[in-house]
Amino acid sequence: MKIGNAEVEYVAKLANLAITEEEKKMFIGQLNSILEYVEQLNSLDTENVEPTAQVVHTQEQNFSLRQDEPCVTFSQEESLGNGPAVAAGYFKVPKVIAER
Amino acid sequence: MEFDNLTAGQIKSLIERGDASAVEICSHYIANVQREDPKIKAYLHTSFEKARQQAARIDELKKAGASLPRLAGLPMAIKDNILVKGLRSTCGSKILENFIALYNATVVEKLEAEGALFLGKANLDEFAMGSSTENSAFFPTRNPHGLEHVPGGSSGGSAAAVASHMTVAALGSDTGGSIRQPASLCGVVGLKPTYSRVSRYGLVAFGSSLDQIGPIARSVEDVARVLGVIAGKDPHDATSLDLPVPDYLTGIANSVQGVTIGLPKEYFGAGISPDVKDKLQAGLKLLEALGCRMAEIELPHTDFAIATYYVIAMAEASSNLARFDGVRYGLRVSGEGNLSGMYRETRDAGFGTEVKRRIVLGTFVLSSGYYDAYYLKAQKVRTLIKQDFEKAFQKVDFIISPTSPTTAFRIGEKSSDPLAMYLSDIFTITANLVGVPGISIPCGKTPAGLPVGMQILGKHFDEQRMLNLAYAFEQAGGFDL
Repeated sequence: MKIGNAEVEYVAKLANLAITEEEKKMFIGQLNSILEYVEQLNSLDTENVEPTAQVVHTQEQNFSLRQDEPCVTFSQEESLGNGPAVAAGYFKVPKVIAER
Repeated sequence: MEFDNLTAGQIKSLIERGDASAVEICSHYIANVQREDPKIKAYLHTSFEKARQQAARIDELKKAGASLPRLAGLPMAIKDNILVKGLRSTCGSKILENFIALYNATVVEKLEAEGALFLGKANLDEFAMGSSTENSAFFPTRNPHGLEHVPGGSSGGSAAAVASHMTVAALGSDTGGSIRQPASLCGVVGLKPTYSRVSRYGLVAFGSSLDQIGPIARSVEDVARVLGVIAGKDPHDATSLDLPVPDYLTGIANSVQGVTIGLPKEYFGAGISPDVKDKLQAGLKLLEALGCRMAEIELPHTDFAIATYYVIAMAEASSNLARFDGVRYGLRVSGEGNLSGMYRETRDAGFGTEVKRRIVLGTFVLSSGYYDAYYLKAQKVRTLIKQDFEKAFQKVDFIISPTSPTTAFRIGEKSSDPLAMYLSDIFTITANLVGVPGISIPCGKTPAGLPVGMQILGKHFDEQRMLNLAYAFEQAGGFDL
């Protein structure tokens, strides 16, 4: 068992995810069987193998740099338009700093 | 009915000759959606008003005697993880249920400029995570060839809409087979372009080193036509490459005499259902009759592909989905009055089970102490898989396999066993790991009436010759084997 109660709770906390007791039970079983399956990668010797983070591009093909020029994108009204709680031109969030 | 089987080229000609108006064609497809979609449920939401306005603009152009754009009057469905300005873009998730897109994805911008009509947004597995469209937070889509069967996924709404004539073409996205597998299960054509061929700006990110947007249609020609419009460098997507975009229709009808096709011996072992195997063998015979040469090849790391893929895809997904926090858009659940409680409760209420499972696993493999053992290991094995393909493509022009080891399974059949669902992606995921283009084309139906798909994988940026081969197969009757 790679993952038990404590690991699922810890990871859920890292991911800012509240999960129910029922989900926790289900995930422990399923995640362990997935991780067990993934274990087979360890049978390969990758000592001298470079990792691949992305394909196709080479360093010489880095076309992504451009001039950093200011341009008009979205108005404040548009940008706030999808906000679930908005006031006075800001996104509203619950209190971040606790009162003493 | 008379408009049901038109291709994009035929639609444009009809409008050019004045034999039909774009508005008439649009209305025909709207009527098809209204008649068929209550059964199929391919659309999450429709945008008929927008489509009618787009059609009216085409008719005005025609009236003014102007030349018509490349996709004039082409009805399209857009997968709901691709942004269309002013329309909801839910990604099949409760967390984005009321999210309205502020801008057009680059592909959408290009399609609109070339005269396409957007009928609506197509259903998908939540955030494109799934192979059956059962993970949509709103409802499952059904397979037009058997309503008790899944359409495949995650672009199941797009493929089902095309297959049931509720649109002529559609856009999907493909992270591990999400265009090709539903195209296969629904009996239509779906193409995943080379990584970096098509801009992802405006596609809600899932696995950033794997994702590509691509077309789904009923003919190879339509897929080629749409690809020609959406491909190319985009300053908004740093991963898109500045390579010339060919006219994919040029040379599409060339002879395929002498083309070499690799058949990976690892792919044709156990695991392929007998009726899929039968159809594929018939398809390969047909290609031989067209002058293609078959060669057995080896992809020795095939057995490790699924494990590699899921570690990488889940890790990238867990990072990409961190942005959904209830602050700037989407759902918010207040929690216990503090910020972290709000994050947790929002994400708990907003994400479905499969998404949570992947976030938990992805976070685990990236977490301190496990990163090297899982994520880095998978990236190294990815290199080995890439080398397998490089070696194979020195010997052959294309690699062919079934798209999916089985035909469409029944709704509910695999939903309780995530690993079984992942294993069915064996033939499609490698193209994403390696970045090569792939197309799924119909290859007949089983006696039960369910479509079989043939997958052709090509070399990086070799879409043109891949489409040529697919077209030759289609013209020789391969779709109806």
